[in-house]
Amino acid sequence: MKILVCISHVPDTTSKINFTEDNSKFDTNGVQFVINPNDEFGLTRAMWFKEKQGASVDVVSVGGAETEPTLRKALAIGADAAIRVNTVATDGFSTAKQLAKVVESGSYDLVIAGRESIDYNGGMVPGMIAALTKANFVNNCISLDVEGNNATVAREIDGGKEIVSTTLPLVVGGQKGIVSESDLRIPNMRGIMMARKKPLTIVDPIDISEETTSKAFEKPAASGAVTLVSPDNIDELVNLLHNEAKVI
Amino acid sequence: MSVLVYTESEQGKFKKVALEVASYAKAVANQLGTTVTAVTFNANDTTVLENYGVDKVLQISNPKLENFNANAYANAITQAAEKEGAKVVIISSSIDSKYLAPLLAVGLNAGYASNVVEAPSNTSPFTVKRTAFTNKAFEMCQINTDIKLIGVSKNAFGVFENSASASTEEFTPSIPDFGVTVDSIDKATDKVTIADAEIVVSGGRGLKGPENWGMVEELAEVLGAATACSKPVSDLGWRPHSEHVGQTGKPVASNLYIAIGISGAIQHLAGINASKVKVVINTDPEAPFFKAADYGIVGDAFEVVPNLIEKLKAFKAQQ
Repeated sequence: MKILVCISHVPDTTSKINFTEDNSKFDTNGVQFVINPNDEFGLTRAMWFKEKQGASVDVVSVGGAETEPTLRKALAIGADAAIRVNTVATDGFSTAKQLAKVVESGSYDLVIAGRESIDYNGGMVPGMIAALTKANFVNNCISLDVEGNNATVAREIDGGKEIVSTTLPLVVGGQKGIVSESDLRIPNMRGIMMARKKPLTIVDPIDISEETTSKAFEKPAASGAVTLVSPDNIDELVNLLHNEAKVI
Repeated sequence: MSVLVYTESEQGKFKKVALEVASYAKAVANQLGTTVTAVTFNANDTTVLENYGVDKVLQISNPKLENFNANAYANAITQAAEKEGAKVVIISSSIDSKYLAPLLAVGLNAGYASNVVEAPSNTSPFTVKRTAFTNKAFEMCQINTDIKLIGVSKNAFGVFENSASASTEEFTPSIPDFGVTVDSIDKATDKVTIADAEIVVSGGRGLKGPENWGMVEELAEVLGAATACSKPVSDLGWRPHSEHVGQTGKPVASNLYIAIGISGAIQHLAGINASKVKVVINTDPEAPFFKAADYGIVGDAFEVVPNLIEKLKAFKAQQ
C-alpha cells in the first residue's frame, strides 16, 4: 500500500497571533512552526501501517523552502520520502489542486490529511483532493483499518460515531482519535540523523489561479473585565446569568 | 439566479442550524436582489422554512438517502444549484456540512469560505468575514469564482424571522454511487450534544479525578447542557475524547460556557472563544481563564458547584 500524508506547516498551538503589512499578512516573527496537529495524528497512524503492513509512507507539503524543517521532522518520525510543491500555499482550493496532482502522479492508494489546519481552518483540502482524484472520502476519521482493498473507518458525528466501509483509493480527514495523543512520537537522534539522508524532492507547481483570496485580518475585540462573584453569594451569579447575560 | 441553501434535517425535523442558514441566505438574497431556494432531504414538513425567508423548497424524498452520505448529498445539492442557476450556495458548519462542503465546491467549481460569521461585507468583489487561527483572528476572505460556497459558523449570524410564502417542488436528482456505506451508528440519543447545546458545562484537571464528574453531570442536567472537558482530562482518560473541546478537539459556540477547574490554556480558550458568555470557577485567581471570562468565581469547585446546583434548582422551580 502506498500512503501519502499531507503536512501543513503551521504556527505552534501556543503561538500569539499577530499580523503585519497593514493587517494583510500573518506575522511569522518569533513564531515556532510545527506539523499541523491533525496531520501528525494521521502521520502516526501511517507509521503503524508501515510497521505492521509494510506500507510505504511519503509526506508532502505545499510551500516554500521554509517548510522543509517541518517535512524533515516528518521524515525523522519515520516517513520514507518527502515531496515539497514549490509554491506558496494560498487558498485551500489551490492547495488541494497542487496536492491532487502529486496524488495522481504517485498513484497513492491512501491519502491521509488533517481534517483542517489550525491556522486557516479551511477544512477543505482532504475532501477536495478526494473529489479531484475521484477517490472515496471519509472526514473526521477517528479510527482507520485497511485490509487489502477494503477500509473500515470510524467517523465522528454529532453526539457519537459511525462505522463506515469503503474501498481504496481513499482519502481521509484525520484528527485526534485516529491515534491517541499518547501514541505521538518524538523523533529520536537516530531518526533525525536518518531523516537528513532521506529524499526530499522539490516539484514545480501547476499553474492555477486563487479561488479565494485573503484580503485582511483582524483580531477579536479584547474581552471586557471579568465580573467576580463571591463563592458565598452564588445567588448573585444565578441572578447575573438570568437578568444581565440572559442565558438561563 | 436564486441563493441556494442546504437546510439540514434529522429524522424529518429541521435542525436549528437549518433556520440559521436560511436566515443567512435571506440576508444574502436581499443584498443581491434575488430569492432563496432551500434544498431538503426527507424533511416531513417544510412550511416552517417560510418563516425564515425561503421562497422555494426543492424537496428530495428518497429512502436511499435516509442516512447522510457526503457524496450523494453533495451530488444532489450540486444538481439543485445547477437547476436553480444559483451563484451563491449556503451551508452550515455542522460536522456533516463540513464533510460534504469540499465535494460540493469541486462539483460546482466554487470557491469555499468556511466558518463565516457575518453577511457578506461586499458582493462585488464577494467578500466575507470568517474566523481563522482557531478563533484567534478573523479573516476577510474574497471569493473569486463565479459560484460562491459559504459555510456559516454556528450561533454567529443568528436566526431571524422573515415571512415569505414558499412553493414546494419535488426534486429527484440522480443518485451516484455512495462510495462509503454506513455499517453502524453509535449515538447517545438521550444526551445533548456539544454541537447542538445552548449551554456547555466543562471540567478540567482541577476536578482531581473521573470519580468527581457526578457534579458536572448534575449541573449539566439542571441546565439542559452538554458536558465537555479540557485536553489533559481526555488525555488522562478521565473522560472520552469526544468530550475534548479546544484547538485540537471540538469547537464550542454555545450561548453559555461554564468552565470548572480549567486554567484556560491558550489552546483551550481558542476552541471555546466563540461562546457568547463564559463563566469560570477556579481556586487560582491567576488562572488565565479569568482574563477571558465574563463571570468568575475564585473558589473551590467542590463547594461552589454543589451550591450552584442547589441555587439553580431553586431558580428553575420558580420559573
